[in-house]
Amino acid sequence: MQLYLPIAEVSVNAFLLLGIGGVVGFLSGMFGVGGGFLITPLLFFFGIPPAVAVATGANQVVASSVSGVLAQMRRKAVDFHMGGVLLVGGLAGSGLGIWVFSLLTRLGQIDLFVQLSYVLFLGLIGAMMLNESVRSLLRARGNAPIRRARVHTWVHRLPLKMKFRASGLYISVLPPILVGALVGFLAAIMGVGGGFIMVPAMIYLLGMPTKVVVGTSLFQIIFVTAFTTIMHAVTNQTVDMLLAFTLIIGGVIGAQMGTRVGVRLKAEQLRILLALLVLAVAIKIALDLLLMPAELYSFAPGRLP
Amino acid sequence: MMIRAALIALLLLATAARAETIVAGLSQNSVSITTNFDGSEILIYGAVKRDAPSTATKPLEVIITVEGPSLPITIRLKDRRAGIWVNTGAVTVDSAPTFYVVATTGPLTRVLKDTDNLRYRITIPRVIRAIGITAEAESAGEYVQAFLRLQDEAGVYRVDQGAVELLEDTLFRTDITLPANLTDGEYRVRIFLTRDGRVVDQQERIIGVRKAGIERFLFNLAQDQPLLSGIASVLMAVFAGWAASAAFRLIRS
Repeated sequence: MQLYLPIAEVSVNAFLLLGIGGVVGFLSGMFGVGGGFLITPLLFFFGIPPAVAVATGANQVVASSVSGVLAQMRRKAVDFHMGGVLLVGGLAGSGLGIWVFSLLTRLGQIDLFVQLSYVLFLGLIGAMMLNESVRSLLRARGNAPIRRARVHTWVHRLPLKMKFRASGLYISVLPPILVGALVGFLAAIMGVGGGFIMVPAMIYLLGMPTKVVVGTSLFQIIFVTAFTTIMHAVTNQTVDMLLAFTLIIGGVIGAQMGTRVGVRLKAEQLRILLALLVLAVAIKIALDLLLMPAELYSFAPGRLP
Repeated sequence: MMIRAALIALLLLATAARAETIVAGLSQNSVSITTNFDGSEILIYGAVKRDAPSTATKPLEVIITVEGPSLPITIRLKDRRAGIWVNTGAVTVDSAPTFYVVATTGPLTRVLKDTDNLRYRITIPRVIRAIGITAEAESAGEYVQAFLRLQDEAGVYRVDQGAVELLEDTLFRTDITLPANLTDGEYRVRIFLTRDGRVVDQQERIIGVRKAGIERFLFNLAQDQPLLSGIASVLMAVFAGWAASAAFRLIRS
């Protein structure tokens, strides 16, 4: 069954879209990430214009994050104070990201910039996560658990300290604001929630306990992606509601199935799989940039600035 | 008296010069893009009206063009810089149709002379307006060639030589397929009657292509009320996320 998308102005098979939503939802339910880093490149691949894919991808992440946060809230695993501080930075970063996005669209370099961001961040995070999870898996086998000591770094000497009860932290608000801003910026440019950057940053940079990390990350991602969606709708008119709706339907069903599979796997195994997935996406995009494209010319509606 | 006689003479001359005229029709005057829109086929038909039997020796030919709304287009060229492929050059075409089909009764070289092609802007390179583009890049012509090739490969610009049927030098018909990814707006249908490569008569019709139903509603909402549309998209996502979570809890308990 073909579905004509009113904003993207292309006709796509409805079951294909439900399938994309379902597969991404499955993976996001399994790993506890928004799944934006998968859905946006997949939409590119099936011929949705990049601007529409980025804006609509952000909208889809809102749905999966709400679903995830509600589950985490029941486990009391959301630090609302930390989420609020991250959000302040997130909204500022997102606003800046939207501005850079429309600037680069006019310059014709948006595809390159989005692709480079993907390669850089996915490659970096994927490699770090793979390294860390393989080591912890080996440690578990060797039966010699090493506890990470709380180290005091420059992060703890910054001013404007604040208490974060749920995380058991007393740190400056500056690092969370910066982390939030970076993630908000990427959310706007890449059409992702940024969970795959937020989660490691919370653990390694802010020293938050693992149990509140996923919930808190998802909590602030809801607001950043909601803001990104509205900003894209206002400045670029590129949110395709029909596309978002179809993806979300597939996504929420997939997410529920993914969660069930996820609880049966070990945490280290899950992280290795997620790391491999992230790296695979990064390598695929890197190859596209490095190998000579089959078609050197491209065109888009609009004038040169 | 003299003036009236001269006018009558002029009128007679005019009808003699326009001895063959087109009477044309379309199977539909409008196309609605609905949710399950998957392209559309339009039948263009007609007849040649004559006051007296034709005495011309050269055969009559018919050319039909269908042209979608025009937009400015920016064409970009990728090149290798520091090991990666990036867009380096760009050229803007002032006005290029979003869809263009030329259907004829025979090979274009036979049915149309270059001078008349230039005058009536019939083939695709004549339709595209790219004035002053040579200033933007050294090889602007190659950009336009590449653009035409890409649109041809995508089936957006087509030349169907021999796709128009002409019976007894009088009745003609052709089917034009409109693709699924149409831009909405006015589609101009032009019908040319040629003899010996020269245009004898022409007719113009308009097909209105518009989004209908929910497509129209969503598109207008995004254009006219962008803030409201963004908020509605977010609310839909929040509701879907909550509903999924609630349904999941219901299944588990």
